[in-house]
Amino acid sequence: MADEQQVIDKPAPKQIIAPGYTFGTITDQIATVVLTKKTPIFWFATFAVGIALLLLFLLAVAILFTKGLGIWGLRSPTFWAWDITNFVWWVGIGHAGTLISAILLLLNQRWRNSINRFAEAMTIFAVACAGMFPILHLGRPWLMYWLFPYPNTMGIEPNFRSPLVWDVFAVSTYATVSALFWFVGLIPDLATLRDRSNNRFLKFTYGILAMGWRGSAKHWSIYETASLLLAGLATPLVLSVHTVVSFDFTIGIVPGWHSTFFPPYFVAGAIYSGFAMVLALAIPLRAVYGLQGLITDTHLDYCGKVMMATGLIVGYAYILEAFLAWYSGNVFEQAVIANRMFGPYRLEYWVLVACNVIAPNALWFTKIRRSPVLLFIWSLIVLVGMWLERFVIIVSSLAQDNLPGSWRLFESTRWDWATYLGSIGLFLFLFFLFIRLLPMISIFEVRTLLPQAKVEEEARG
Amino acid sequence: MPTTSEQPQAKWGMVIDQDLCTGCQACVTACAMENNISFVGEEDAGYGRSMQWMRIERFWTGTFPDVTTDFQPMLCQQCGEAPCEPVCPVYASVHSESEQINVQVYNRCVGTRYCANNCPYKVRRFNFYLFSDFETPVLKLARNPDVSVRSRGVMEKCTYCVQRINEAKIDSEREDRQVRDGEIQTACQQTCPAEAIVFGNINDKNSRVAKLKADERNYSLLADLNTRPRTTYLATLRNLNQDLES
Repeated sequence: MADEQQVIDKPAPKQIIAPGYTFGTITDQIATVVLTKKTPIFWFATFAVGIALLLLFLLAVAILFTKGLGIWGLRSPTFWAWDITNFVWWVGIGHAGTLISAILLLLNQRWRNSINRFAEAMTIFAVACAGMFPILHLGRPWLMYWLFPYPNTMGIEPNFRSPLVWDVFAVSTYATVSALFWFVGLIPDLATLRDRSNNRFLKFTYGILAMGWRGSAKHWSIYETASLLLAGLATPLVLSVHTVVSFDFTIGIVPGWHSTFFPPYFVAGAIYSGFAMVLALAIPLRAVYGLQGLITDTHLDYCGKVMMATGLIVGYAYILEAFLAWYSGNVFEQAVIANRMFGPYRLEYWVLVACNVIAPNALWFTKIRRSPVLLFIWSLIVLVGMWLERFVIIVSSLAQDNLPGSWRLFESTRWDWATYLGSIGLFLFLFFLFIRLLPMISIFEVRTLLPQAKVEEEARG
Repeated sequence: MPTTSEQPQAKWGMVIDQDLCTGCQACVTACAMENNISFVGEEDAGYGRSMQWMRIERFWTGTFPDVTTDFQPMLCQQCGEAPCEPVCPVYASVHSESEQINVQVYNRCVGTRYCANNCPYKVRRFNFYLFSDFETPVLKLARNPDVSVRSRGVMEKCTYCVQRINEAKIDSEREDRQVRDGEIQTACQQTCPAEAIVFGNINDKNSRVAKLKADERNYSLLADLNTRPRTTYLATLRNLNQDLES
């Protein structure tokens, strides 16, 4: 029985990118966006919005540093509100990029090759935005280096029992590994840009960045090893970073925070919002730059599926949250959930339920997953929903905790808005600089998707 | 310091008798004077940023005009297992060995406010702006020289008037004796006209505070959270049954 070889007809490999591409046309299409093509109005418009919001951000930060945290709407007992909401939201968005670049690489999901480059860039810029908030939200931000273990005359280290210190390590590791992974992946493409540009300055700059890449077999062998190793390093980070972020809440004894199921719930939510951001960026970009052949409807379809799956996990977590509050028999936990659902934050709560639990179910339908316009709208819905989720977890738990005498709701000020919108400006600014200056799709990795790229053993299966 | 080690380890604690408290707020005022508490102005105070280390929680029972009121002076409970301590990333919220109380190190505080979020009693106060007036000369004369004036961006809270504890300890060491029960009075205790607040060494079984803590009316607030507060309360006694003569 064991000797008998079963013959199964291997299904023909699904073509991921549109037919008709050659090595040359792929390189042309991606590299010309940076090198020769006229920059579209869309780019200028979005970049202008980005710069305007970035200036707003700088203004908000300048006022924050001169006047103090009072310019935000914080007060007792909501000592955290939009600051930490924005932090968690941005970190979460970053997770999709790492999932796409690392986990999907290890799982041999070749379709990721079309979207991993800009998704990784999105990760780095999202983490940069996220990293702003823990610093800005400090009462004395100029002392933020006290959270790092550095040798000092006071002979004092940070408190390793505090989740905020774990955050410092989690987020800084994440930023470092993501940036390394992204840069290593860029090197072959930087060499392509170096070889293709006619401008001496560009040749020089891309040449320096390409670090002497000549595409020899030795180079490729080292590259493959490095990229696999980095993918291996980055993979646990997809799970660990948001787990640590969720510890900020679970370690606290605030009712509504103190739960054991937060880590998987937060990781799912992170990937959920991250894929939403990937789609929100990919759909307009591929339309403007005519990249529908490389980022196809199939890509949108797959991203939609991931979004739906993680969205369903998040929905399950909401149910679990309510169930556990009831099952715990703890009056404070029950009161927090009741207040969330029917109390002063009920509007935010039910909007987030609509965005995160009801809306993703539309993605069961292939029609919606394959319609760029609808999927774009859906991804924005998810982004709003996930922001509200973090807001409700943080603020509704703090505003109404153990002693009713201290209850007070949070009121956002214009500076809360300015800082939040400003961080979006920072993101747009960085991301659109990236679009303009670097290949937004990995040229050499997309080339491997062509039938011509199949080497013998792979063709044999 | 031989004298300190000869003294039995003091664990300072407080009992507040809710039966005696009339909610007059004298303690709140005394605390503000003793501890250089900043005035934040009408707008910020109304918004919920007042800096008082002490507040009176007021409970109405019944509907007007048939109401009874209960008062609970609320200040840092100086938890034995303080939720504020493990969450501070820079060790600004720590337990003091010698007083067994929870101290806030202003110089070390970077203002993450995690301690205040994690405090179930919500007794921590944050300097959202530069509330302290360092400029006006006359205010310098008004301040207690034994208590630091807090700057912008740091958390602060009740210290059990640690400056008074230390003063008494130094005095007792100089006179080569132990701190007598009742020698240390916190500002709130000193001012309370009803003498509802009692402060002393819990480890000394003969102290007034230790005896009151043995009273059956004694309870810890939110004891289920296992914070092991050093401040405990004596519950109000009321005859709720109208038919019974009290």
